[in-house]
Order: sequence, then C-alpha cells, then structure tokens
Amino acid sequence: MEQFVYLDNSATTKPCKEAVAATLNAMENCYGNPSSLYEFGMQAEDIVTDARLAIARALSCREDEVFFTSCGSESNNTAIFGAAELLSRSGKHIVTTAIEHPSVLEPMDALEKNGYEITRLSPDEKGNILAEDIEKAVREDTVLVSVMYVNNEVGSILPVEKIKSICQKKGSKALVHIDCVQAFGKLKINANQLGADLISLSAHKIHGIKGAGALFIKKGVRLPAFILGGGQEKGLRSGTEAVPAIAGFGAAVKALPDLKSTADKVLKIKNYCIEKLNAFENVVVNSPENASPYILNFSFSGYRSETVLHHLERYGICVSSGSACSKGKGSYVLRAMGLKQALVDSAIRLSFNGETSVSDIDKLIDALKLALNLRKSKL
Amino acid sequence: MKEIILIKNGELALKGLNRMNFENALIKNIKTAINGLGATQITRAQSTITIEPMEEDYPFEEALLKIKKVFGIAAFCRAAAVSKDMDEILKQCVPYLKETMKGVKTFKVEAKRADKKFPLTSPEISRLVGGELLKNNHHLKVDVHNPEIVVTVEIRDKWAFIRAGQIHGAGGMPVGTGGRASILISGGIDSPVAAWMMAKRGIELDAIHFASPPYTSLRAEQKVKKLLSRVASYSGPIRMGIVPFTELQQTIADNCPEEYFTLIMRRMMMRISERLAQKRKSLALITGESVGQVASQTLPALVTTDIVVNMPVFRPLIGMDKDEIVEISRKIDTFEISIEPYEDCCTVFTPKHPRTRPTPEQCEQAEALFDFEPLIAQAVENTVYEVIE
Repeated sequence: MEQFVYLDNSATTKPCKEAVAATLNAMENCYGNPSSLYEFGMQAEDIVTDARLAIARALSCREDEVFFTSCGSESNNTAIFGAAELLSRSGKHIVTTAIEHPSVLEPMDALEKNGYEITRLSPDEKGNILAEDIEKAVREDTVLVSVMYVNNEVGSILPVEKIKSICQKKGSKALVHIDCVQAFGKLKINANQLGADLISLSAHKIHGIKGAGALFIKKGVRLPAFILGGGQEKGLRSGTEAVPAIAGFGAAVKALPDLKSTADKVLKIKNYCIEKLNAFENVVVNSPENASPYILNFSFSGYRSETVLHHLERYGICVSSGSACSKGKGSYVLRAMGLKQALVDSAIRLSFNGETSVSDIDKLIDALKLALNLRKSKL
Repeated sequence: MKEIILIKNGELALKGLNRMNFENALIKNIKTAINGLGATQITRAQSTITIEPMEEDYPFEEALLKIKKVFGIAAFCRAAAVSKDMDEILKQCVPYLKETMKGVKTFKVEAKRADKKFPLTSPEISRLVGGELLKNNHHLKVDVHNPEIVVTVEIRDKWAFIRAGQIHGAGGMPVGTGGRASILISGGIDSPVAAWMMAKRGIELDAIHFASPPYTSLRAEQKVKKLLSRVASYSGPIRMGIVPFTELQQTIADNCPEEYFTLIMRRMMMRISERLAQKRKSLALITGESVGQVASQTLPALVTTDIVVNMPVFRPLIGMDKDEIVEISRKIDTFEISIEPYEDCCTVFTPKHPRTRPTPEQCEQAEALFDFEPLIAQAVENTVYEVIE
C-alpha cells in the first residue's frame, strides 16, 4: 500500500509519541503496583496521580473528581447504573436521546426492564437535539439526564450546557451525565460551566492508549461502587490501576494542541472536503452544518457503504461505514434522523484529526471518483 | 501399570480384505489429530488401536477431545495396561478405578478373553475382579442388569486392559478412504455442515471459495477460513482455493438479464469448481444446498446448475430442514462463526425477482449474450491456494 490515509479517528486514533513513551516507561521502569507500600509502588502511584491531574486541568475540575475506568463504555455504564441506583428513591424517570452511543442505550434498555421510565428524545433531520425538547421531557421526578456532547456518527453538537438549568427550572434534582468521549480534546470542556455531575471520557479517542477511560464525578455525588475489591479509585472502581494505559492517557492530554486553533484548521479541511464531495451528483451530506469539525457523514447514494469502504481500503483509505452489513439494518442514528433507508445503507463516516491534510482529502476524492465505476447496489 | 488409550474401530471392521487400508488411514488420522501432544506409540490388534504415551504427564484429556473428532472410531477410552497375571490385575484394578468409582453405586465386571491360553475363564475373571472391587469399595453393589458403570477386563496378546465405561466415537469412516471431493463454501451455515457430513463418510476435502472484493470483505474470507478450520478439526487439513470472482460477477450483471443473475453466477461457479477439482484429482463437488431453501435452490434451479458439469454434485443436506442443519452446525461448533454478519459473494448482486422455475435452455440463452470462457479460464488461472488446518 503506497499511501495510508486514516479518516476514522472517531473509531480510534493513532497514539501520539508522548503517550507511547509514557506507556513504555510505565511498563519498563515503573511496573510496581500503585498500592504497594515501598517506593517502587509509589512511583507507579505518582504516574496515576499525575495523569489524574492532567485530566482535572483539562476539565477545569478537582483532581479528586476524576476516576479512572477501562474505557468510555465503562464510564457510561458506571454513570448510568450508578445514578439510577443513587436516586432510586427520588424517582424512576430518565431522559436521554435516541442517538446516544450503545454503551448508553443498552444500560437504558436494561433500566427500562427494571421498571424505569425512559424518555428517548428524537433528533431532527440533521441529527440535532433541541433544548426545548429536553425541557419538555424533564419532570420533577426525573433522576437522570444523559446526553452526549458530540454525536459519534454525524458529529452533531448537543445542547448539553443547558441541561442543568433546565432541571433546576423544572424542579428536578436529576443528575446530569454527559458522554464527552467524542468531544474531549476537541471542544473546550469545563465541568462546572457545563453543569455536569458525570462526564465520560476515553483515552484512545484523543491519541492515548486503549484500555483507559475516565469518569468525572462531581464532588458530593456519591455513586455506588461499580467494582468491589481492593478499594482502588476511592472504592468506586476496585482493581489494580492500568498504569501504562493511564500514563498514556495523561501524556495524551498534556500533548493536546490548542483546541480552538486546531478546530479551526480541521474545519477548513472539512469544508474543503464538503466542497469536493458536493461535486458528486450522488453525494448527500448527512451531518448538520453546525457539527463538530472532526466528523463528516455523507451518503454515497447508489452504492452500499460496505462496498465503498472496501473499495477505499484498496487505496489505503480507512473510513467507517455508517451501516452494518446486512441490508435493511444500518445506522440507528441516521434512521432516527428520518433518513431514507437507501441513504442509510450508503452512508460513510469520515472522522478527522488535527493532522488531516488537504492531500488526504484529495486522495479520498480521487478514490471516490473511481468508486463510481463500481456496480450500483440495489438499495 | 501404565495408562493407555484404547480405540475401537467403527464399521470399518467389516471391510474384509480392505481392512488394512482403512486401519492404516485411521491410524494416520489419529496421529495427525494428536500430533504435538507428546510422543506416543500406536499399535493395533484385533480391531483395537492402542495409544501408549512414551512420556510422563501425557495430556490424556486433551488427546481424548481430539480423538473424539476422528472419523472411523466407534468408541474409545482410557485404560490401564497391566501384565497378564491375575494377581497383578487384582492388585492394580482397585487403585486405578478408585476415582472413577467414587459416587458410583452399582457396577458390573465384564471380562473378555482374546487370549484363550489365559488360565482363567471370563466368568472367573469377572467374579474375582468384582469381588476385589467390592472388598475395597464398601459403597458399591453389583447390578448385572442395570449397572451405572461397566468395568471391563480384556486379556489381550501382550497386556491385560482394565477400563471403566467408554466414550462414543465420531463414527463414520476414516477420512482419506473415500477419495477426494471439493466443497463450495460461502460462509453461511450450510456449507460447513455439508463438508463435515462428507468428511464423516471418509471423503478428503478440498474447499473452493469465491471472493468478490470490494463487494465482499477480507473479513468474509477470514470467516470462511475459521469455518474450515473447525471442519478441519474433524477432517484433517483442507486445501482451500480462493477464486477471484469480481470481474465475472460484474460481467454477468452487465450482460445478462437480471432475473437470471444468480443462476448464471452459480453455473459459472460450477464450471470453475469443476476445473479446479480436476486439477486436484478431486472426484466430485459438494454444496450445502437443500431443496427449496432459497430461489436458487428450487429443483429446476438445481437442475440448471448441475447440467453444466460432468462430475457428480453431492448435496448431503438436500432433504434437511434449516433447524436440522443448525443443530449439526452447533454440534460441530461452526454456527457461531457462520452467523457473523459479513457480506458473502452471493448477496451483493441478488436480483429483486429471481427466476425460480428456469430451464437450462433459458439459462443458455441468457449466457450466450457474452463469451464467458476467457473469464472462466482467468478465474481458474488466478485462484490462490492455502492449506487450512
């Protein structure tokens, strides 16, 4: 493969060299157990503390509000089940959206089976969730509002900063959980200004290492323990800390570029890409205009996603297919937006990073032109 | 005393003068199956094969799991081999069976005296061994009609074997004794089951897979390899040919009436498979079709696909229902892989309204719109092979 163009940064990212170095150091030199009493163990503990501090700074929160988990999905599960249990006496109503990550949707389904009432807000045709809809949905007995900041499939930015005041206005004591996995390291996140009680993060989406995630838990919110055992993470999440992955997480956070200027740069790339895509007669852009610059979803209509994906793969280009393989299924997000099945079945998601270049986009566009020679699928 | 594995041949014991060939094939397959587990000595006598480990700590349980998948075995078990001396047999039977007899309430002893020179008769041996076991296991009772466990003492030419119970083998015939045939495998539930059923009757397997990148993914190919590897745990190594099929599929779609697409595609697959099979001295084709399952598997459709080849096409699933096929695929551990959702080459170009009652003449007419021969030859030429173990 003479070229490699990675346009699937919402799936995962390439670890940055700082993260790799920190991880390697933790494995080679600081392999002690952070709980061990001797100094060698303390070195490992220092690594974890240092990473925690880096994340706290990035969220403008207190260090003791950051808890390490193994991944974004674990953070989401911990937050949702924990909040539901914590406030089970105050009510059984939860507000979320239909376009959340499966690691939110599935716990919601599980809670529903256990007697919770779940309101799932539908997006508009561009994947936006309206603050008015959240306001209409929240009730006095709502105990949890769980909404993602940036949607992983279309990049829509959800009005999460309004949730806390909505809850207060409606007289609800609901906890606010924000899945920031796709937003962290891309949008400025200030935990207090967001009014969040719980925030989910993942390391490998920001050029860290797979195997580490974090959950921000606002001081005073006493979530029940999710994993019982040796009492690590203040008893909330027992289990020996994944020091190498946490080291990489901390290093990746420290290595984050200036968010604003990077986002501007990526937006230029995205707009360039949209301009080129619009030259195709069969392209329909599915992402909303005010979306995250990092995510661009479009349908290459007439051609099934998976076929186009494998076609691009031959030219060294990695993208994500919006849909699963079997006909008639496909992205639940796009379906919730009311897209025609034919567009759902031909959806492609591009996700950029700060290094994505114009020449990457040109290569993609050239390969897409060749994709027009593929057999059209009967969608 | 030493522990061995005893293997009883299946129906191949009936094969008259060919028996040696069958037994040789079986021993070869057993050797392949337990290869890598440790050194053993394999011998045979009187329809019984014995595996004698040559080293301490032989992984018996692992070996038994492998042997359970070898076709041509009626039953097998672990056994103690002791010297042919009644005192020795009595001395060894108690400790050897101690663990087995825990939790067992009733038993009986059967003796088989292949060596008629042995001084005691079979009933005498049974009585003595039974008495010894009773004396040392107070919880046991003899029940000759309905015992929970049957202890068998066999007096053979070199050794006496003591064993308790036995495990059903995979049955069938040793792979390799029935010639070679080629399975057309897509990645669905049916073809691995069809392959397994033919291997069970002693057929050595080749596999043929049609790949249509970019319409099919590398994962679909990987999936087929995983499936074949499960089948190979019964059949032994399978040589798999991967046929590049994209151009042919596109050409059919571009040049032939849509409703004939699947039929013509299958006829092309048959033609290519026949040529690949001939190259490999494979005598027949195998498919996982069962009558009426989908549009291309109606009887008229099967007739129009069969007619293009001059070798038999075996369809061991032809009269089976889907749930019967699924049951076998679960048993042979291919089901979970088969339901992984990767596009296989059959689904991409599927016509909206396929012909269900085609005639060979109609297919010939539809095919005559293009000269496919060069593309068929090219696909055969560019097929790549891989051995799946």
